[in-house]
Amino acid sequence: MTDALLTIRGLTKTYPGVVANADVSLDVRAASVHALLGENGAGKSTLVKAIYGLVRPDRGTMTLAGRPHAPSSPREARAAGIGMVFQHFSLFEALSVAENVALGMEDPPPLRDLGARIRDVSREYGLPLDPGRPVRDLSAGERQRVEIVRCLLGRPRLLIMDEPTSVLTPQEVAILFATLRQLRAEGVAILYISHKLEEIRALCEEATILRAGRVVATCDPRETPARRMAEMMVGGSLRIPARAAPAPAESPPVLEVEGLSLASPRGGGLRDVSFAVRAGEVLGIGGVAGNGQEELLLALSGERRTAPGAIRLRGEAVGALDPSARRARGLLCAPEERNGHAAAADMTLTENAFLSARVRAGLVRRGFVDWAAARRFAEGVIRAFDVRAPGPEATARQLSGGNLQKFVIGREILQKPDVLVVAQPTWGVDAAAAAAIRQALLDLAAGGAAVVVVSQDLDELMEIADRFAALNEGRLSPARPVAGLSVEEIGLMLGGAHGMEVAHSRHAGAAA
Amino acid sequence: MDLSAISPALLFASLMVASTPILLAALGELVAERAGVLNLGVEGMMITGAVAGFAAAHASGSAALGFLGAAAGGAALSALFAVLVLWLRANQVATGLALTLFGLGFAALVGQGYVGLRAPPVPRPEIPLLRDIPVLGPVLFRHDLVVYLALGLVAGVWWFLHRTGAGLRLRAVGENHDAAHALGHDVRRIRLLAVLFGGACAGLGGAYLSLVRVPQWTEGLTAGAGWIALAIVVFASWRPWRLLLGAWLFGGLTVLQLNLQAARVPVPVELLSTAPYLVTILVLVVISSGRGRAALAAPGSLGQPFHASR
Repeated sequence: MTDALLTIRGLTKTYPGVVANADVSLDVRAASVHALLGENGAGKSTLVKAIYGLVRPDRGTMTLAGRPHAPSSPREARAAGIGMVFQHFSLFEALSVAENVALGMEDPPPLRDLGARIRDVSREYGLPLDPGRPVRDLSAGERQRVEIVRCLLGRPRLLIMDEPTSVLTPQEVAILFATLRQLRAEGVAILYISHKLEEIRALCEEATILRAGRVVATCDPRETPARRMAEMMVGGSLRIPARAAPAPAESPPVLEVEGLSLASPRGGGLRDVSFAVRAGEVLGIGGVAGNGQEELLLALSGERRTAPGAIRLRGEAVGALDPSARRARGLLCAPEERNGHAAAADMTLTENAFLSARVRAGLVRRGFVDWAAARRFAEGVIRAFDVRAPGPEATARQLSGGNLQKFVIGREILQKPDVLVVAQPTWGVDAAAAAAIRQALLDLAAGGAAVVVVSQDLDELMEIADRFAALNEGRLSPARPVAGLSVEEIGLMLGGAHGMEVAHSRHAGAAA
Repeated sequence: MDLSAISPALLFASLMVASTPILLAALGELVAERAGVLNLGVEGMMITGAVAGFAAAHASGSAALGFLGAAAGGAALSALFAVLVLWLRANQVATGLALTLFGLGFAALVGQGYVGLRAPPVPRPEIPLLRDIPVLGPVLFRHDLVVYLALGLVAGVWWFLHRTGAGLRLRAVGENHDAAHALGHDVRRIRLLAVLFGGACAGLGGAYLSLVRVPQWTEGLTAGAGWIALAIVVFASWRPWRLLLGAWLFGGLTVLQLNLQAARVPVPVELLSTAPYLVTILVLVVISSGRGRAALAAPGSLGQPFHASR
């Protein structure tokens, strides 16, 4: 290809024991959106970090606009015209928008001039921002705008976006895409990493698929079905979770939440939340993080107590009970953060299994830990949920995100809960593991348990939930059956686009 | 009991002198903590600075060279801390405590030959006219140079942190070291410089004790001043001007305690000695509750080890 802006040939990077990239070759054309696809650990992050100067490749060459490109630091990469928007926002909470932008520039102008330039760029691309506000007060969508504006001020020729839509509402995604299309029309090349194949089909012209560090395929995503791309990513056929028949509507609710309000030290919290889940049903609760999801989980698990009657399990008021008492009664929770909340990172899987399953799996004998039983239980989880681990004596930290997540969810499921509450069950988990986890949740519901899934991933909720409710600014919308619910309706339930505007300029018509 | 013996003007004048060592040490610690490094070795660095300053001043006969030596001594000890914490990723709390114990012992060993000697005098600028203003003159304009240096340093640190690009990078590193690294800022280099500055300032504070306040070498002469400095940083919620206020408040309590004793006010000495710490706890309770919480604003990465992972 002659019109390639960025050419990569034979790029290889190995870490002790892991080949992150093996002989990767790639061309990104100017004025195009190029998708980089692959499961977790396929080498996408290492590749873009090499382009951005955070990682030095062992072998291989990169060429940017005809000149050799071997940045030794992000500064050099930025000077060469490369901008990057990170998956986990690289922002400083306590600093203002303008200060955050200045930190990503080579020679930042005085803050007052910078504020004016931020306003100009954000108006031009339809990304309104107040340069003086501290970042800690911004929503996820606004934070991403800070990152994008920071990149745009450097007038990049190549913009790298790592999973940019995972925290956005559908409307925010539409606005982001309008901005990206405008940039493409101006000649900017965009390297776009995402798990969401439908988004890639709507936005990108080319896709490179990585598996185990190697390029396994390239395709035109506009003409390739999402299922085909997913199969290329995992290197086999993908199992789509099979749903059992919907729950019988007449069965009595197992878990009832009535008028639940909870203050949060950081503002927000829950306001008058009510819902009910029946046996055999999956209730999906969607919404962008920070709208009360965390508080809801804490209230349901018992880490924070509420009025006794606010939470009822089979009619019994459990709002004032501690987590162990709720577990004993059959209400189990798997929180969002795997390492540090759902599991203790430096403890073994056996110990982690014991911490949660102590009561229900009978792992205590005469007041002492029954280690043999705990190990058997952990081994059972590893076997039943295909957890790739050296054994039950491995520490939680040694497991990859997807495998630890399978372990955490499997640990709760094997305790035969009557109600299971999970948060972000497939966050940062690759496609195959995600499918397995979703299937396990569906099987659990089919077996007669009530399941509550709190997730930001709307596709996931559409796939497994029977009913859907949105949590926005601490309020829960009435739950509606998922069958027949459109994306637009969901977006409205989620509270719209958080004040985002569509780009004002000529490309605004391209908004999806 | 005779409260009339306490003159407010003299009280404030001696307050400014009494607060100088903890102000210097706290200022250095503030910069280190804003860069995300919690160095609990302030006490150790202060007393190392005190003995190094005394030795240098005694050998050269010059107080100025003494303070220079004190800064170098404090910085050298903090360099040890920096290597352990930043490169070998040792636990910051444990390393800081070890540094204090090491500094106290090391200073006692080095100082054995200096017990009972006198330090050369510290020059006092003769400020014409201003020094003769009634009340204000003795309060503000009859001090030694180091008092003014410390005040200038407060302004300088504020200006550096909030008005310069390097200061912004330092705050960024303390706020979120992973993000700063991702943007290409050298986390360890910035932290090393901040820790060295902190050590040098603590050394200066220690030398002010051994060369001006006491002025001779005695074992353990810092007597917990380093811990007060650490408390002031939290009291000031990591802001330079509040730090000055805190240092005056704590210095004032020390002076007041001496004055009250002299005036035979029947308050137990022990209670007065605990006052600075009680005030710190009180202030923490007040600013940590409710709406003041955001104002507390400890640096986000404070005390966390940094590892440039892949």
